[in-house]
Amino acid sequence: MDFTFTEDQLLFQESVRDFLQNEVTCERIRASWETDSGRDTALWNQLVELGLTGMTVPEEHGGLGMTELDFVLLAQECGYVALPEPLVHTVMVAVPMLNELGGELAAEWLPKIAAGDARVVVGLQQCLLVEDAHIADLLLLQQGNVLVAATADQVFLKHNESIDPSRKLFSVEVQAGAQQIAEGEQAATCVANALNRGALGCAAQALGLAQRMVDLSVQYTSERQQFGKPIGSFQAVKHHMANVAVQLEYARAPTHRAAYAIANGQELAAYAVSHAKIVACEAANLAAKNSHQVHGAMGYTWEMDLHIFMKKAWALANTWGDTGFHKSRIGDRIFAPRAALGAGATFA
Amino acid sequence: MDLEYTAEQHTFRGEVRSWLAANVPDQPLQTFDTAEGFKQHREWEAILNKGRWGMVTWPESLGGRACDLIEWLIFEEEYYQARAPLRVNQNGIFLLGPTLMEYGTEEQKARILPKMANGEEVWAQAWSEPNAGSDMAAIRSAAKLEGDRYIINGQKTWSTRAVWADWCFGMFRTDPESERHRGLTFILVPLDSPGITVRPIAQLDGLPGFAEIFFDNVEVAIENRLGDEGAGWSVAMATAGFERGLMLRSPARFQETAKRLVELYMANRDSADGDPAVKDAVLRAYLNAESYCLTTYQTACRLNKGGKIGAESSTNKIFWSELDQNMHATAISILGARAELLPHAPAAQGVGNWLDGWLFSQSGPIYAGTNEVQRNIIAERMLGMPR
Repeated sequence: MDFTFTEDQLLFQESVRDFLQNEVTCERIRASWETDSGRDTALWNQLVELGLTGMTVPEEHGGLGMTELDFVLLAQECGYVALPEPLVHTVMVAVPMLNELGGELAAEWLPKIAAGDARVVVGLQQCLLVEDAHIADLLLLQQGNVLVAATADQVFLKHNESIDPSRKLFSVEVQAGAQQIAEGEQAATCVANALNRGALGCAAQALGLAQRMVDLSVQYTSERQQFGKPIGSFQAVKHHMANVAVQLEYARAPTHRAAYAIANGQELAAYAVSHAKIVACEAANLAAKNSHQVHGAMGYTWEMDLHIFMKKAWALANTWGDTGFHKSRIGDRIFAPRAALGAGATFA
Repeated sequence: MDLEYTAEQHTFRGEVRSWLAANVPDQPLQTFDTAEGFKQHREWEAILNKGRWGMVTWPESLGGRACDLIEWLIFEEEYYQARAPLRVNQNGIFLLGPTLMEYGTEEQKARILPKMANGEEVWAQAWSEPNAGSDMAAIRSAAKLEGDRYIINGQKTWSTRAVWADWCFGMFRTDPESERHRGLTFILVPLDSPGITVRPIAQLDGLPGFAEIFFDNVEVAIENRLGDEGAGWSVAMATAGFERGLMLRSPARFQETAKRLVELYMANRDSADGDPAVKDAVLRAYLNAESYCLTTYQTACRLNKGGKIGAESSTNKIFWSELDQNMHATAISILGARAELLPHAPAAQGVGNWLDGWLFSQSGPIYAGTNEVQRNIIAERMLGMPR
């Protein structure tokens, strides 16, 4: 039993954190809102150079051959800066799906992803819309009971504008020429696994988002003065943030366990992911609510950076399976006849 | 990361399980807030100690097994699954014991720990005073050194287990000129000393689970001072908050409550579902107990590898106390009109001990530092908000 990350994993997290916090500033995010694609090619190329897009690509395809567990801490850092680029989607969802499908498709596209020569996105029915379809060279799409692979010229996209200007969402119509790549049980497994990985990505980013909103609030309430002192010195304000800290503290381990469960193909992975997503997104939603409250009217403005993080937190809570979906999966497990519950059942 | 138990950990679990299966009393003991129940629980401590299961984290020389924190968690999981008796000497073995091992003299350890371990001497805590509750640094009970003994005068209150306990430990002001955290000394006091009056306080259930202790020129030998004179505050704070929390309120307790809550809900589903919030509350309770377990394991593993823990340990107290309160509130609403009935009432079928648990859960957010104080600690020391 060792519920800790390795030195290497922690060092990697630290270096990626430094990079992201230096490069992905709120100014840069706002600048990306003004562009057509909303995506920053220069930034993506930097991520490629760091080897990040190829993290979960097997070594024989030019990647680092790492797992979801290696990436989960980095996904938290992506959340912390509200990274608009689809790195979490690429590493956590698209690449693992190609790994599972294997064959020529994987051999063709995985090296390109690692090298930064192509981008691949996944679209599931559970998700309503497809994230970043407009910049994808290849789309892996669930169509009823089958999976198809469509290149950019084989899809018709309709943009669905989100309240979060960083999120680029599309409804996708598949045109002629798309290739069926899985059916039946294989397709169902791929879809289920992708959904779990996408939800894990949301949970990990939610942890980072929550932490960022706490940090912004601590900073703001230490500076903003009323009644002759910093508002952060008032207990009512302190307790708003302490409540977030408590929720956040108890959302991390479930998220790390979910990453472990997926990376190790554990039977309880779906349950662990749903647990993680519920508690991490709740922590982020509470962070958004309480951070907004302590920012007062400033929190309601476009000018204040807080909304960059609030809107992302709100969105993540309801995508890759909304709360109802994930709660019902928890219910299926714990309300089942003869469920193994209670002390000693957690790691059994 | 490796979230599998080792072969040794599985073996250890098996040993705990079979010993408990053979030794846990068939009938639940009476509550230790009665004279007879207190005696029964004292005897149980002796049985545990004889099997070397009394305090598994203690060194082998003291009848323990030198277990690490993961083994401790496993032990607790088995202990709560087996529905073994609550620990009447928890103030001693979980709180004072570790502090003694760190600060006590060899003479004190040899004299005190074995009798603590076998239940011969049960310990009460004597921290709070009428005007020193959340503000513990406001302690005024005084101890004056005269020759080789302290003369103690003053009053302690909310002293858990003090009605039938043998000893108490607490902080006393040894420097009358001192203020706040300075000038306090940690002293152990035999409760049968002349000049001590213990006045039981009836709790919500009417039983005397705690007491006031009045000290009227009570003489205590200097050998019963723990640490240096004036160092009481740092001795009291020394044992890391997390480990204390882990010892007193390990996840197993709440996971078993969550499991029983799921069972209660399933058994009463037809009526319980009338309030759609109930199912969600049950689900949430189960997840939160699981989150508490996972987080505790993660922290324990980090500490086992030499990691440190700081002010984030204050989140622990808030999390489990609110979890416990919420779980019991949900159970009470599932039980409906039966919830208020004492277990012997004719119509009280299936009420279990939820009412007792509900009453006790009200105290969680208050004792061991109110949750408001914990939130201040989190905000100021963990998040760095201005004072």
